[in-house]
Amino acid sequence: MTIEGTVWKYGDNVDTDVIIPARYLNVSTPEELARHCMEDIDAEFAGAVQPGDIIVAGENFGCGSSREHAPLAIKGSGVACVVARSFARIFYRNSINVGLPILECPEAVEETEKGDRLTVDLEAGIITNLRTGRIYRTSPFPAFIMEIIRAGGLVPYTRKRLEEQSGYRSAMVRPDE
Amino acid sequence: MGHTLAEKIIAAHVAGGEGDDAEVWPGDLVEVAVDVVLSNDITAPIAIREFEKLGVERVFDPDRVVMVADHFAPNKDIKSAEQCACMRRFARAQGLLHYFDVGRMGIEHVLLPEQGLVVPGDVVVGADSHTCTYGALGAFATGQGSTDIAVAMATGCIWMRVPETIRVVYHGQLQPWVGGKDLILYTIGQIGVSGALYKAIEFAGPVVDGLSMAGRFTMANMAIEAGGKAGLFAVDETTRAYLASLQVASLQVASGRGGRLADLQTRTLADLSPDDDAAYAQVIEIDVGEIEPQVAFPHLPENVRPVSQAGDVRIDQVVIGSCTNGRLEDLRVSAEVLRGRRVHPDVRCIVIPGSQQVYLDALREGLIEAFVEAGAAVSTPTCGPCLGGHMGVLAAGERAVSTTNRNFRGRMGHPESEVYLVGPAVAAASAVAGRIAHPRDL
Repeated sequence: MTIEGTVWKYGDNVDTDVIIPARYLNVSTPEELARHCMEDIDAEFAGAVQPGDIIVAGENFGCGSSREHAPLAIKGSGVACVVARSFARIFYRNSINVGLPILECPEAVEETEKGDRLTVDLEAGIITNLRTGRIYRTSPFPAFIMEIIRAGGLVPYTRKRLEEQSGYRSAMVRPDE
Repeated sequence: MGHTLAEKIIAAHVAGGEGDDAEVWPGDLVEVAVDVVLSNDITAPIAIREFEKLGVERVFDPDRVVMVADHFAPNKDIKSAEQCACMRRFARAQGLLHYFDVGRMGIEHVLLPEQGLVVPGDVVVGADSHTCTYGALGAFATGQGSTDIAVAMATGCIWMRVPETIRVVYHGQLQPWVGGKDLILYTIGQIGVSGALYKAIEFAGPVVDGLSMAGRFTMANMAIEAGGKAGLFAVDETTRAYLASLQVASLQVASGRGGRLADLQTRTLADLSPDDDAAYAQVIEIDVGEIEPQVAFPHLPENVRPVSQAGDVRIDQVVIGSCTNGRLEDLRVSAEVLRGRRVHPDVRCIVIPGSQQVYLDALREGLIEAFVEAGAAVSTPTCGPCLGGHMGVLAAGERAVSTTNRNFRGRMGHPESEVYLVGPAVAAASAVAGRIAHPRDL
C-alpha cells in the first residue's frame, strides 16, 4: 500500500488537546471530529486538508489524553499517514487500533517541509520526498502489530481470533482464581 | 537478574502462563489478563460502539468492567447527555456492578481506589490517560484508547509490550508546603514530557516512603505527563493502612459488592516490591531539600519553575480538585491556607471534591464551610474544568492557577487562555493573592 500526499508540518509535543480540543468531545464520529482537527494550532488545516495528505511532526506526537477521538479526527480529515520523530504511546496504540498508519522516522522529519510531496510505502516502511528525491527507510512494525494492521485494526483482528478459538478467554489464567 | 515492579505484576498476569513461574523482560510482547477495565462518559461511547462490532454478547466479567460518568457530567449539554445515556444503557443491559452516576460518582481515579476496586498487584486498563494513578497502590495501571478497552471488556485481556523502567529515588527533607504535586512537577521538569516515553516509572526512596497515599496518587497520576506508561510505588505499611481504612469507608458509600478488597486476604502484599538487582533503563536521584513549591508554566507540564521565580503573574481563576489533587488531604491543605482569608476580588476560585466520600468528609471536617466563607465556589465532583469541558471554562486572555495535570494550549478553554499547574497550597495562596503566590508570603 503506497500513499502519496502533501505534507502538513508541525513541531514537537503536538498534544491531543490541539489535535481535537475537549470542547468537541461530546461527539465521536470521525466526520464531525474532523471539522475541528488541529484548529487551535492551525486554523487553516481543517478547511484545506485533502484526502491522502500526510502530517509530519516532531517528538511525542499525540501526547496527553487517551482520547481515541484524536486519531479518529485525523483519519476523518482524510490524512493518510502521520510521520513523526516519536509518538506518545497511547496515541500510537490508538492509531494502529483504528487503522491510521503511523511511522517513526526522525531523518524524514528533519528534511521535510510544509507543502512537500511524500510517498510512503507502508509495507516496506519506505518514505520518499519527491521534492528532494531523498529516500528514508523506517524500522518495520513487529510481526504481531503487522497482523493487527493487516486485519484492518484491533476489532476485526480480535473478532477473527474469537471466531477461530471459542476458548480464547477461558484459556486465560487469572492470578487470583 | 531481578525484576522491576512492572515486570513482576505483568508476569503474574501473562495469559496462559504458569503464574509465579512466568518471567517477562522489557521488550517482550505479551498478552495479559486484566483485573479492572475502566471507561468514562467521553471514552465509553466509542468503546461500546467497537464492543458491539466484536460479536460478543456479554462483557467478560460485570464485576470488573467499571464505568464512571465524570467528564461532562452532570450533563453539560444535550450531546453530553446522550453520551452519558449511551453508557448508562450499556451498564444496565450488561448488569455492571460498578457503574457510577451523578450523586454517587466521583472523579474516576479518586473514586476507584476509595471504593476498593483496585488493589495491589492488579493490572488495570482504563480509557483515560490518568489511569496510571493506581500505580500508587502497587498496581500496573495504564491508559488506553476506547478500542483497546472494547477488546478488554470482551476478552478480559490485552496485548502490551513490557516496558523498561526508570527508577526515581527521592532523598532529603521536604520543605514546608511541598508535597507530592511539587515532587512530580519537579521530576517532569527534569526529564521532560517525553522523558519516560513507553516506559514505567518507579518512585522510591525515603521521601516517598514517608509520603501519604494522597501524595502518592498525585505522583503516579502524572507519570503520563512525562510520557510514562505507568507510575508505580512499592507496597508498604502506608498502602496496607490505607486499604484497611477502606474496608470501613467503602461501606459508607457502598455502590457495588466491594469484593475486590476481600481478594486481598489471599495475596501476599509483602512481595510487591522490586528486586534489589532489577535492571533499570535509568536511575535518577533527586535531593528534595532545595525543592520549593513548583509551578508549571504554559503550555507544557515540563515548563516548571520554583514559585519564588514565578514573577508577577496576575490570575483570573483558581481550580482546586481533579484526579490529581481532589482528595481529602489536598482539600485540607487548601483550606488551611484559605481559612480566615478571602479569595481575591478579581479571582474566581472553584473547589471540586474528587468524590462524594471526599465531599462528605470535607463537609464533616468543616473544610467546605471554610471554602464558602472564603468566597470560593464548591462543586459536585466532575472533571469539568480540567479539560475545558464545563464548570470553569476560560475566556481569551484569561489565566488560571490549577491543581490539575495539563496546561496544554486551550486545555481549560479558549486557545489564548493560560493554565499554571501547582499543588493545593500554592493554588489556595494564589486565590487569596490574586497572583501566583507562596503560602508563606500571604
